[in-house]
Amino acid sequence: MAANPMSQFDVYRIGPEIKVGAFDISFTNASLFMIISTVSILLIFNLGSKKNSILPNKIQLLAELSYTFVAKMISDTAGSKAKPYFAFIFSLFMFVLFCNMFGMIPYTFTVTSHIIVTFVLAAFIFIGVTVIGFIKHGFGYLKLFVPSGVPAVLLPLIVVIEIISYLSRPISLSVRLFANMMAGHTMMKVFGGFVISLGIVGGWLPLSFSVALTGLEILVAFLQAYVFAILTCIYLNDALNLHH
Amino acid sequence: MVKKIYLHLIFLSFFFIKEAFAAESGGMPQLNPEFWVSQIFWLVLTFGIMYLVLSRLILPKISNNLESRKSQILENIEAAEKQREDSETKLKEYDQIILKSKTEANAMFNQAREKAVKDINAKRDVLDKQIDDEIAKAEKEIQALRDNAPDKINKIAIETSSELLQKLIGAEVNNSSISAIVDDLSRRNGDKYYGN
Repeated sequence: MAANPMSQFDVYRIGPEIKVGAFDISFTNASLFMIISTVSILLIFNLGSKKNSILPNKIQLLAELSYTFVAKMISDTAGSKAKPYFAFIFSLFMFVLFCNMFGMIPYTFTVTSHIIVTFVLAAFIFIGVTVIGFIKHGFGYLKLFVPSGVPAVLLPLIVVIEIISYLSRPISLSVRLFANMMAGHTMMKVFGGFVISLGIVGGWLPLSFSVALTGLEILVAFLQAYVFAILTCIYLNDALNLHH
Repeated sequence: MVKKIYLHLIFLSFFFIKEAFAAESGGMPQLNPEFWVSQIFWLVLTFGIMYLVLSRLILPKISNNLESRKSQILENIEAAEKQREDSETKLKEYDQIILKSKTEANAMFNQAREKAVKDINAKRDVLDKQIDDEIAKAEKEIQALRDNAPDKINKIAIETSSELLQKLIGAEVNNSSISAIVDDLSRRNGDKYYGN
């Protein structure tokens, strides 16, 4: 084995140690890739929105297609009431997508492969959605835990299950993204290690696996960003339009 | 055989990974809380700035662009629709003009024909009248001739009879006696001779 497949997830300090009170907020490789992702997003979408030509050029088309894609996703899942949250969901989708995609470049760091990052995002979404739900419906939002059309005998059980499933949303949301990213990158690293250890004779099979896995991981990178955004939309839909 | 070796190797490497994990102090670097605060801080900072810039500056511009393009396309479609309607009304006008000119031409043709027919009729009337006049004149002349004919014939008959008599008898005959006889004869047989 050339290297530990988990060492790609190591976070290390770049530059001096920065401390605010007891907290260490040093600039790390994770910070670097967050900045690279956000700057790329801002650059691309700024370029894509600068000129307004009737026939859009490639970068404008990219920006506008992304815009309409996310707008359609939100209106399909959460309806027209979710329009004020469009910018947030758009930023979220783009941030996760770009972090995932930058992680696919060899020797880079995948921001979203860290549970703390995905958990902060998911926890923010969870708290935000809950606050929106209580603002919109008051204590009526608690009706979310009482599905209609359930026999009274089953109700205590169902309510408990609903509450547990609601509370586990931030965990499932964050772990889904983090685990997918980590597993994919680890697997690619392992197969890459096989190519080295099996050498010129036997390395071809893991190499072809590696190629296929790269394609799969690019798909997963997009898919997980999409899933993250669409689950946010679904949670938002629950808070905006109380169905139960 | 090769497959078996592969499987062996894969199994061995997983074993190896496990050993490597064991060798690491924390196992997964994700669970090492050393840089958690730093990651949260930088995440909030970068994501927050990105969200603000996107929501305040970039996304409104994109939506504006999309809206303006949509409205421009709609305007163009409207203009095209209007032009189409214009051309349709013009086509209708043109059709009407053609129809009108056709009826006018028809009316003109009819008028001309009527006029021609009238002219012809008038001319024919005049000609007919002339012919009738001529015929009447001729008839009158004939009548006059016919009226005069018995007298002349009588005279000729008298003269010839007197000359005949003179040649036959050699004596002068009184013309009045001959004329009396001729008159008597012609009165008696006039109908037979002239076929009146």
